[in-house]
Amino acid sequence: MQWETVIGLEVHVQLATKSKIFSGASTAFGAAPNTQACAIDLAMPGTLPVVNEQAYRYATMFGLAIDAEIGKRSFFERKNYFYPDLPKGYQTTQLESPIVGAGHVDIALADGRTKRVRIHHAHLEEDAGKSLHEDYHGMSGIDLNRAGTPLIEIVSEPDMRTAEEAVAFAKKLHSIVTSLGICDGDMSQGSMRFDVNISVRPLGEEKLGTRTETKNLNSFRFMEDAIKLEVERQIDLIEDGGTVTQETRLYNGERKESRSMRSKEEANDYRYFPCPDLLPVDIDDDYIEAVRASLPELPDARHARFKDTYQLSDYDASQLSEDLHTALYFEATVAAAKDAKLSANWIMGELAARLNAAELTLNASPVSAQQLGGMIGRIKDGTISSKQAKEVFDAMWAGEGDADTIIEQRGLKQVSDTGALEAMADEIIAASPKQVENYKNADADKRPKMLGYFVGQIMKASKGQANPQAINDILLKKLNALL
Amino acid sequence: MHNKTLAELSAGLQAKTWSSVELTQHFLDRIKRLDPNYNSFITLTEDVALAQAKAADARLAQGDTNPLCGVPIAHKDIFCTQGVKTTCGSKMLDNFISPYDATVVANFQAAGAVMLGKTNMDEFAMGSSNETSFYGPVKNPWDIGCVPGGSSGGSAAAVAARLAPGATATDTGGSIRQPAALCGLTGLKPTYGRVSRWGMIAFASSLDQAGPMTRTAEDAALMLNTMASYDPKDSTNIDRAVPDYTAQLNDSLAGLTLGVPKEYFGEGLHPGTQAAVEAAIKQYEAMGATIKSISLPHSHLAVPAYYVIAPAECSANLSRFDGVRYGYRCENPADLADLYKRSRGEAFGEEVQRRILVGTYCLSAGYYDAYYRKAQKVRRLIKQDFVDAFSEVDLIIGPTSPSPAFAFGAKGADPIAMYLEDIYTIATNLAGLPGMSLPCGLVDNKPVGLQIIGNYFDEARMLNAAHQFQQVTDFHQQAPQDIA
Repeated sequence: MQWETVIGLEVHVQLATKSKIFSGASTAFGAAPNTQACAIDLAMPGTLPVVNEQAYRYATMFGLAIDAEIGKRSFFERKNYFYPDLPKGYQTTQLESPIVGAGHVDIALADGRTKRVRIHHAHLEEDAGKSLHEDYHGMSGIDLNRAGTPLIEIVSEPDMRTAEEAVAFAKKLHSIVTSLGICDGDMSQGSMRFDVNISVRPLGEEKLGTRTETKNLNSFRFMEDAIKLEVERQIDLIEDGGTVTQETRLYNGERKESRSMRSKEEANDYRYFPCPDLLPVDIDDDYIEAVRASLPELPDARHARFKDTYQLSDYDASQLSEDLHTALYFEATVAAAKDAKLSANWIMGELAARLNAAELTLNASPVSAQQLGGMIGRIKDGTISSKQAKEVFDAMWAGEGDADTIIEQRGLKQVSDTGALEAMADEIIAASPKQVENYKNADADKRPKMLGYFVGQIMKASKGQANPQAINDILLKKLNALL
Repeated sequence: MHNKTLAELSAGLQAKTWSSVELTQHFLDRIKRLDPNYNSFITLTEDVALAQAKAADARLAQGDTNPLCGVPIAHKDIFCTQGVKTTCGSKMLDNFISPYDATVVANFQAAGAVMLGKTNMDEFAMGSSNETSFYGPVKNPWDIGCVPGGSSGGSAAAVAARLAPGATATDTGGSIRQPAALCGLTGLKPTYGRVSRWGMIAFASSLDQAGPMTRTAEDAALMLNTMASYDPKDSTNIDRAVPDYTAQLNDSLAGLTLGVPKEYFGEGLHPGTQAAVEAAIKQYEAMGATIKSISLPHSHLAVPAYYVIAPAECSANLSRFDGVRYGYRCENPADLADLYKRSRGEAFGEEVQRRILVGTYCLSAGYYDAYYRKAQKVRRLIKQDFVDAFSEVDLIIGPTSPSPAFAFGAKGADPIAMYLEDIYTIATNLAGLPGMSLPCGLVDNKPVGLQIIGNYFDEARMLNAAHQFQQVTDFHQQAPQDIA
């Protein structure tokens, strides 16, 4: 039987506010446990929440970016459950009236088509703390630094049909929130986390199959693997005569296996009700329009602009526009290099490969966009050859400074001085009568190949510093004059 | 000295007739000597009080004219006080030292007032008799065989027994007004949002409001001047200028229209209480007020709606008391579930557990619409009753509680009987309106309270009406017999 997979995502995005959603404590990552949790975050008796306006603004920005209706009146509710890293015994979140209503995101498919994924809604809520179960004097430790970090939870419709589509959607969301500057996008620190709802049904069937939810996937790779694994599990289960149980599952990315966490029957009754400590938030059109006016360029617009302004291919444009940091790096490189195509090639080629090998993000690149652009400028104006550029790049990577300094220090300037090159060409031609004779006798279509010998000799004589293009031109002129 | 009102004590401080240290020492001595009879304090903060008194005397010497400067008061143990045990009347917080001050506490401190100690209360403010306190019941100074009312019973008994000239209190369904009535005091629950809830341990967030408990309306006005403030730390606090609540005390009542809701004079009202309240209404008429009979048609729904909404909110508000970060933790928990169950089971009293269970039930899947949502609809109807009434009258008056103080154990076995104690006070909390109680007579030598309900932010007019009543009556001056 042919099966169709149905996937919906719930995406938790940590908002890049300086302070928490309901308290003034810092949201910075990596501090010593419980040093960034104030009385409110610890749920001390008598403490009260106050909404961080910036979190509301960020959520509104996201809503506008996905063309969603913004909730004119939204309010917070309490989601009740006990867990040690949930200090109040409830999570303050939104259910009935979220800040962001229905919207949509377009993703590019492998075959070049565009697919629209509908967003059901996105709501604001607070993150919980962390339970540390390992190596804590035989007990569990609680770190509440993360408690109260603002999140938007983005809930998609079940519009995706393959793991690849789900990943494309997740990447697009990543691109949108980082472009908006509302999330740092650092998945390794949990800034974006994915819950994936998966079901399968016979192809052509309209009724949805029973779904499972795989929680807390924190990389695109894990997400793709987890989906594939779960789809396979469900299909195997059904084909073996079993049925899928509605449950929450946990995926172990290292071991590439998943296990059931709790079934529907064990699910909590969260007893949501409006939080009486917070008043409804009314947003008027002026506020929405002011936020809209302040929106930075979004990925789709940037993609179109890159194609248009820089004459990039669709592929190059999307590679360079998807991630905000890459886009900014690219544009800074172009500004220095004055050549978009060369800049694109270097960033997607040598730089990407080196970063990848060193497991570095672009933000941590040892070579700045200005340095790369400066080097490309020197290729473009003929100062260095592409081959020399590799050496310059290596030196920049090693921290030896910008291209001009390295070129100067290493004496890498290629010789483009026509007089000097002509003298060298004359010398080589005079010293190589046999090769000249061969050249003269060769068929016209073989001659370009034979030119290589002369070029090589001049490169050797110039210690690689001769401008190959200029040599080519000069040699052709001189040898052809002998014909 | 202890028979003087807060205003008189303040005047004496300003005139240097006595010092704050003298005054404070006097009240501390009284508390130590007499409170074993009443159990109105959970914690006596003698050192803090004397240090604050000394500082207040220095401020007074420098010419500080704040009427609260140097005046000793008591705080209900629901208010967080930095460095001082804050129990909320519960075993759960018996070991809890607050790391910060409630805004109300901070406001009094800024004014130079002196904290004598923390007063007893029903556990987590859940009760109308002060019998649910982990620290034992408070006794009514008018009759130590009777309850002082609740939940602010400790504040009420302390002020009634002249152990403090004034005390802070809180009111979720009547917890200021009912004990004020039962102890012969003037107690005021302000408009919801008038006084900051920051640092006030939450029972039912949408209903809780702090207010003063004093002997006179003038004293209540002085305390409210300090208690009320705009506090950005409380999102439900309203940014509205705080008037001088003493400014209108002496205005004439001529032309004032008082509404008397017929629903407040029905079945269950003690005949002695009814007679005293009716006499008070006559008194107002004599003072030039117009009396108008009104109807608040949804009054009978107030108690049922309240006993859905308040437990629902408290069921979540009290979840933070889980034995994980502070407060009571059971011995040797076997696992996480055991830690939760035993810590909460061992530290919460019966009434608190009952309300958590009721609230949890009301919010459960399948019951939410039938209980919580319906109760919220009723709440809107009740509010509308008052909005309609206030289009015709300036203030509403009636009884505060159905009967005078009752004996210990009289209503303990029947939660519903206890809940009906607040039948006349609960509606104002649901509507967010200000309400106050002032003494209007004695029945069997036990005080009767007259309730005045005002429109939103009309506390000054209520205090004016109460003060004028106290200019021509002496109920507020009567004291229990055995307070030495």
